[in-house]
Amino acid sequence: MSTSSVSKGCFVFKPSAKKKKTLSLEDHFIHGCEGADESKTRFNQCQDLWDQIKTDTELLQDELNTKILDSLLDFTRKCSSTRQHNDWASHMRASEIPTAALVLGVNVPDHDMTFQSLSELLRQSVTPHVASVQAKECGALKHLIKRVLERLLGTDVTVDDDEEEETEQTSAPLHKSVHCSLSTLCDWYTMNTKKSYSLTPGKKRSSPVKDDLQQPPIVIIFKDLEAFNARVLQDFILICSRYIERLPLMFIFGIATSPSTIQHMLPHSVSSLLCIELFQSLSCTQHLATVIDKLILTTHFPFKLNGKVMQVLISIFLYHDFSVRNFIKGVQLALLEHFHSQPLSVLCCRKKEALLNVMQLGHQDLERIRQLPSFKRYVEKQEPQEQEHLLTDDTHLKEVCRRLIKDLRKYHKHYYPTLRCLHTLTSSLPRYPLGKQIRELHLICLEKNVWENEEYQSAMKLLKMMAKDELISLLKKCAEILQHSKSKNMKSALLLLEAMLAKFKQLDTVVAEPPPPAEESITSPVKNLQKKMDLFQLQKALLEMNESRRSKKLSPFEVLRNEALQFIDSLVQSHLSPPESQTLYEVCYYSSSATVRRHLNAAPRTSIQAALNSPFYYLQNDRLKSEDGSVSNAAPDICIVYKLHLECGRLINLFDWLEAFATVVSAAEGNDPDSDSFGKVDDVKHARFIRAVSELEFLGFIKSTKQKTDHVARITWGGC
Amino acid sequence: MSVLEVKFIGDGDALEHIVDKQEEIPSSSGAVQKMVSFKSQAGRRPKEDAQHDGDENVFLDEQHYIEALGTENAEEDDEGVHRVAGSSIFSFQKSRRGHSMALTASELARTPGKSVSFGSAPDIEPSTPTRKGRNNKGESRTPQKSKKVQFVSTTPHRLRKRITTPSVQDSDSELSPSDCGEDDDEDGLEEEKKEDKENLKTPKKGSSAALYKTPAKKSKSEALNQPSMVEEYFEAHGNSKVLTSDRTLERLHTPKLDREMLGQLLGEKPSCCAKEIQQLYSKHRKHFSKWMLQLQLGFSVIVYGLGSKKSLLEDFRVSHLAQEIHLVVNGFFPSITLKSILNALTCEALEQEGSFRTPSDQIQFIAQTLKDSPDLHLYLIIHNIDGPTLRGEKTQSALGQLASLPNLHLVASLDHINAPLVWDQFKQSQFNWLWWECVSFQHYTEETSYENSLLVQQTGALALSSLTHVLRSLTPNARGIFKLLVNFQLENKDNPSYTGLSFQDFYQRCRESFLVNSDLTLRTQLTEFRDHKLIRTRKGADGVECLIVAVDPGTLMDFLENEEGD
Repeated sequence: MSTSSVSKGCFVFKPSAKKKKTLSLEDHFIHGCEGADESKTRFNQCQDLWDQIKTDTELLQDELNTKILDSLLDFTRKCSSTRQHNDWASHMRASEIPTAALVLGVNVPDHDMTFQSLSELLRQSVTPHVASVQAKECGALKHLIKRVLERLLGTDVTVDDDEEEETEQTSAPLHKSVHCSLSTLCDWYTMNTKKSYSLTPGKKRSSPVKDDLQQPPIVIIFKDLEAFNARVLQDFILICSRYIERLPLMFIFGIATSPSTIQHMLPHSVSSLLCIELFQSLSCTQHLATVIDKLILTTHFPFKLNGKVMQVLISIFLYHDFSVRNFIKGVQLALLEHFHSQPLSVLCCRKKEALLNVMQLGHQDLERIRQLPSFKRYVEKQEPQEQEHLLTDDTHLKEVCRRLIKDLRKYHKHYYPTLRCLHTLTSSLPRYPLGKQIRELHLICLEKNVWENEEYQSAMKLLKMMAKDELISLLKKCAEILQHSKSKNMKSALLLLEAMLAKFKQLDTVVAEPPPPAEESITSPVKNLQKKMDLFQLQKALLEMNESRRSKKLSPFEVLRNEALQFIDSLVQSHLSPPESQTLYEVCYYSSSATVRRHLNAAPRTSIQAALNSPFYYLQNDRLKSEDGSVSNAAPDICIVYKLHLECGRLINLFDWLEAFATVVSAAEGNDPDSDSFGKVDDVKHARFIRAVSELEFLGFIKSTKQKTDHVARITWGGC
Repeated sequence: MSVLEVKFIGDGDALEHIVDKQEEIPSSSGAVQKMVSFKSQAGRRPKEDAQHDGDENVFLDEQHYIEALGTENAEEDDEGVHRVAGSSIFSFQKSRRGHSMALTASELARTPGKSVSFGSAPDIEPSTPTRKGRNNKGESRTPQKSKKVQFVSTTPHRLRKRITTPSVQDSDSELSPSDCGEDDDEDGLEEEKKEDKENLKTPKKGSSAALYKTPAKKSKSEALNQPSMVEEYFEAHGNSKVLTSDRTLERLHTPKLDREMLGQLLGEKPSCCAKEIQQLYSKHRKHFSKWMLQLQLGFSVIVYGLGSKKSLLEDFRVSHLAQEIHLVVNGFFPSITLKSILNALTCEALEQEGSFRTPSDQIQFIAQTLKDSPDLHLYLIIHNIDGPTLRGEKTQSALGQLASLPNLHLVASLDHINAPLVWDQFKQSQFNWLWWECVSFQHYTEETSYENSLLVQQTGALALSSLTHVLRSLTPNARGIFKLLVNFQLENKDNPSYTGLSFQDFYQRCRESFLVNSDLTLRTQLTEFRDHKLIRTRKGADGVECLIVAVDPGTLMDFLENEEGD
């Protein structure tokens, strides 16, 4: 069956049921990936890792949301309970609809998850009546009310056993939409509460909020408030406020921008019917920071991203969507690509399995290891005899690999605590030479030796000027970080650090002793500064001051401070080298940032215009080669037509265009330029021209116009 | 007192002080220091500065951004594809000389492809001269335009042709503002003007250079200077008149080709670089199993790039989806709607009878069905998801909702250069796209076949067959009424002021031929015609309703002939 037709645009294909043998995910993975031998193991590893990452991030999301969700839940409970009190204040409030304005930030793609867990939580612990609506399904008031009713009654219908009601709903749609009004909801609600109160006493009562259930509130969640039609919303609120005495309604507004949207959308007369409380969710950057902290900066996951890939993912986050979900998607893609394209990723797993897998490597894989640039570097450093061994003896290589894998793990074990230490020390420095966020520092460290960095030097300089209290508190924090690490090296580092902290403390007790002879030397030049002087003199005086300070004998605190910083510096130098310096890093690190960028952040227009401008890059035909970026006349028709149209203004004369095209094409065909027919338009050329022009029109470069006969309008600019 | 204060400043405070100083000094103490300190700051870490200006630390400077996403990675692009820089794609319109297209054409004609035999004799190749020579020619033209000398040359046509031949015949392209309505009138004169120009060319050459003075030319030479971009923009847009030549396609001996002819002509000639195109194609084919993998992992695959990707996706469908339930949607199909897609999904794929009130109900049903049977996998292939009728916000959000279902997998292709604009962040995340660049260089034969290209002659075959079909189902009287209208229209086909047959007139005629007995009958009949889009009504100048058949005379003739034959 063909999929082209002049009368139909949709074609359904169903396989015959009997020979239904579908390939599994695994088969697709194995098919067409490199190094097919262990591809199965690789696939399993990949799946395991992804599942783990997924569950972890979901947990993380829940954790991060708990606070705000808890406060929201409290709010709903409070609202529903105040209704039952009979004091004056609650009577006053009774006519207002309690509303929670939930400010979620601009990362709209992430909101879904939040709302999902919110409505689940609400259903579990507060009320069974939760309806969430989106702007796009509520174009008019009628639709909005319909959706709300559907969700409320519908969910309830499925929860209760009433089969009939459901079928009735679907079978008599017309009848229902006529009656879709809030009074139906009222009737339903009173009936429902009565019924659940009298008939099913035990079922829902088990929850802790027993008394609330007498009148569980009806919660309506507006997922994207900004997108709603203001009129619709106003009308809905006005109607709802009429029913508030009979229905315990409650709203939750999901807001992406700022709370002031409520004022923009709702006039005072409407917003005064609401009793709004504001809730601010965690910002997306904080969310990302936690995710990176738990996902990337940890030894739990053997899979790592290299600097450039990280950079791409973070840039997409910062410049495009602020969406943590998309960030995770990027990680997923990288993970998949890594296991798919790198045969040695079979070693990218937990230590025990990795060591096992090393022993099972075939000869081909070992050859692959020998080809790794990092391994080559390693070999070069060895003795000649050892070199030969490594390159020829497979079993020896396996042994070495085991060791190298262990080393790599050790490297990670040291890297992350050290990174955190350095971050705690530098993150509060003025002007943040090494970045405010740990991800920035991580990027720097992934890129090159951080200690050779200018920013690092300046950070160290600033640290050397730090006051005692601050320094001690920072060092204490570092010690805490190191405590979590189990590796031997880190333990010994911790001991050293603690010894230093002890020394700092001792200073406190001996502090009375320092004699103040320095005072004079400091004060006198400062006194000098009070005098009037010109710039040159000031500079001189300052230099002098500086000089005298430097020559001054260091106080014991300063000595100790320098010592501590030296220690930190040595720690950094020994553990924060970039992963590229490690042997076999290719096993764990995914490095093709171009792939990730192309799949996630593609630029279709750029691609199309690149192809039109320089077809040679796609079609490696020598005839298409041309210097200075112009198109050769042998290029595909559409390229020539495109190139010619670039020379035109807003309108293009088709006849001129055709003639120019014919000229180029005849030259390409090798016609004699002196002959009479050169550049003449024949039917074939005409047809080719027509095709090329309609293709350009299809792509959106030109459109037909009635402004002038036989002209088309150009709708893009530039692109030469 | 101040001295005492100085003494008690702690290191940390001193630090802040120093930093403050660094920033304050420039403002208080002279330009020299300002320069210095500014430089040191900027030079040392422009990146961090930019970063920390923002509260949330989200602003990296532009350079950094470009590094991260663009240029830096371009070099490690596996295929070594040179990217077009954004600045060249999204730039202002520049004002163009009328003949610059011809210029480029001649340039292109001169730079031969490597193996083109034609390159063997570059010196024989016309005259066509350097840029400068060309310009001169253009210049020489300018003054004449205003003169409009009517002058019939005696030079034999052949010879004249010979003279001008130099590939580009721009010399006769008259420049005229787009809004001049007298194109047709001038057409007759053009031939003469052309000749007169040729004759005048040589003598005028010397003197015309002085006369030649157009601002557009100036700006062209300045085009390289960035600052002048703004000026250029206003120059190009300030004048609503666009200068293009008045020549029309009527000059060709076959002004319009019909669709069939077109296909025939194009079929004869093999497309260029077929081998390379085939290579590209097989390169893309290798990714099929990866696509399957990614689809099953919950991504949607979207292919983009120059060239039709229909055959690629079709290939994918046949080779990998034969065992699955799948749906192919031609987004370029002119009357494809969301409803038809959803109906195909529910009625044919899921075998659910019955209708749905709204698309969202239908989507909900699909979501529920797929949720209930997690082993059921549906594959949806959409050619041109950016098709003209699918572009709407509602359609796209509905498709996004479908794509976000875990066991509905979407493969789509995209061609319009501005297509990604139809998705906002939310929709994009619903679609969960993975982009694949598949530049195929294949012709958009099928995709453009539905388009009403202004260059293609409408054959009217479709209109004819629809006419006959509708007419066959009518009563003989109704047919008679219609034929009456057609005949009247054909009688008047050469009358340019004919606006249609007025209703009263029509009624009279119909009565005379015993076709209707009351004007109500005629009106009912006309309503039926109108519903089938056979006729159109138009208000005439005097407010009377006029009826016309909206089909061209040729087709009507054919129609009548057919009717006679029957």
